[in-house]
Amino acid sequence: MATAPPVLAVEQLTVAFGGLTALDRVTFDVPHRSVVGLIGPNGAGKTTVFNAVSGVVRPRSGTLSRHGRPLRRHRPHHLPRLGISRMLQGLGLFSGMTVLENVMVGADPLATGRLPGMLTGLGRAPRDERRVRERAESALREFGVAHAAHALPGTLPYGVQKRVALARACVCGPELLLLDEPASGLSADEMSELAERVRAMRAYGSVLLVEHHMDLVMRVCDRVVVLDFGRVIADGTPDEVRADPAVERAYLGPAEGDSDDPAAGPAPEAHPTGEEADDGR
Amino acid sequence: MAPSTHRAPASDADPAAADSAPAATAPRPGRRAALRHPLVRHGLWAVAALAAVAALTAATGPVTDLRVANVGLHLLAVAGLQFLVGTSGQVSLGHGAFMFVGSYAMALLVVNVPAMPLAAGMAAACAAGCLAGLVVGAATARLHGPYLAGATLMLAVGLPAIALRFPDLLGGANGLAFATIGAPPFLAGAVDDTQWRAIVVWTVALIGLVVLATASAGRLGRHLRALRDDAAAASLSGVPVGRARVTAFVISAGAGSLAGACQAYVLGTATPSTYGLSLSLVLLAALVLGGLGSLWGAFWAALAIVYVEVAGTELAHALDLSTDVRNNLPVVFFGAVLITVVLAWPRGVHGALSALGRHRSTPLKTGDSR
Repeated sequence: MATAPPVLAVEQLTVAFGGLTALDRVTFDVPHRSVVGLIGPNGAGKTTVFNAVSGVVRPRSGTLSRHGRPLRRHRPHHLPRLGISRMLQGLGLFSGMTVLENVMVGADPLATGRLPGMLTGLGRAPRDERRVRERAESALREFGVAHAAHALPGTLPYGVQKRVALARACVCGPELLLLDEPASGLSADEMSELAERVRAMRAYGSVLLVEHHMDLVMRVCDRVVVLDFGRVIADGTPDEVRADPAVERAYLGPAEGDSDDPAAGPAPEAHPTGEEADDGR
Repeated sequence: MAPSTHRAPASDADPAAADSAPAATAPRPGRRAALRHPLVRHGLWAVAALAAVAALTAATGPVTDLRVANVGLHLLAVAGLQFLVGTSGQVSLGHGAFMFVGSYAMALLVVNVPAMPLAAGMAAACAAGCLAGLVVGAATARLHGPYLAGATLMLAVGLPAIALRFPDLLGGANGLAFATIGAPPFLAGAVDDTQWRAIVVWTVALIGLVVLATASAGRLGRHLRALRDDAAAASLSGVPVGRARVTAFVISAGAGSLAGACQAYVLGTATPSTYGLSLSLVLLAALVLGGLGSLWGAFWAALAIVYVEVAGTELAHALDLSTDVRNNLPVVFFGAVLITVVLAWPRGVHGALSALGRHRSTPLKTGDSR
């Protein structure tokens, strides 16, 4: 696993909006088939990292590379063909389209036809359509939302909508999945289901996860990168990060650094890997 | 976790194996698959509609034939606008300008190249409209909502004025007049000229509608509806948002100019006043009246454009009003009908009808095609 080049390598990434430096020489890797958490206080630059990886904002300097090949001047609509998929924080479901159609849009990179075929339904169009539909249907089954295939997303409970958005993001089997706060608004049960899904994604790809729920981050991540004011202040295993005093300071401020239950740490029972020496408890 | 471990870039190798399996196991695959093909399904509808038009025009006189032809060409125009506004979410107040382009392209061709077959003239007019749509679409691709509406409004106001600017070429305010071809000789006696023109117009319109319905039901329609609902999410899902918006403009303009060409063919003239701002506004208003989001909405819209005006004119005559009032009454009448319909059925006539027969699929619906 360690020998494969990282799915995503971020090196010295600097993004500035006018005079404001949103990211300052950020460097980290997302290794092959791993889950990396990206955490930090509000305004630390987590979403800016996502936007730079998605091609929504252009970095001022630094490089992004995918499998060791540089990734530059890409546009958001190139992402699916690069094997990168992003689930938006607000889900971004298409409100006027059925759940099945929503996921079919996600499966669209499987289609290869061009405009004349799309206008006349000839050539590769029927095969494309069948392939996209079948893949979307199997993703709906996979994510347990097949019963809602012909419903409009707005008529469904939020947890179901979230699974639809996840199905749309995963329908093509991305090598790298960007998840922006997937746990917000979920119940405890839905969150553990999400945790299992995220961990299972390592079977075929990697996940970069922005999340405020430390419980979830510590449970599912192989590595955690901590951002504060656009800089990486910690990068390591969940346990290393939790024990890092700089992280505590970033979250709680320097005066309260020695309080007993830092926000960056999970509740003890939510800590599945107990084998590492954990000094605090 | 994922449906399968195939990734998009690597999936080119597997389709043959995956696709042949269901076809081989399904009973009588050929006929079933052929009937399910969108082009075949929409084509069958078009053939049925054309037969109905032929029967209707055979049973009625020239006045009705002309109105039927008018419904057909307005149906095509509004269906093009439907594709732009209802499917891709771009509001255009300038659709009449594309009808102007098609109409004048047709007129110029007939006047200057008399030997040209009608079908070639229609195709050339459609191509001219597509080109105009490409220019306008590319220029306005970054505009949204009211800004796009404003830009297209300029088009509706400005483009027909070109005819006044170049009176030698385009005939000024009088426009271009020409003789259109009537019924072919072998149909003499059986089909009169007006009936023939209605059938020609409907043939062209239905070909256009089949393309629009097929495009709406397939990938392109899905791309456009996705970017209409959430452009950022559509882009992240791989939809090239800018290109898709321009494509919608081109297709819509092509349908509009084809409708304009049909109108020139039916009337035997192309005049700038026909394609003024009021036409563009009427097309959009009628679309709202008919119902956004479905080609059936375009059908009700086309009926309304033709027959509400007819009713308004007849009403004005019946009331024996002064000329000034009589000339404006149809417009007022149309406005009153629009307000009444939208107040009663906010989603238009089609919205009301589909609410009545909920869960019953409508074959020309632009949504999910199954």
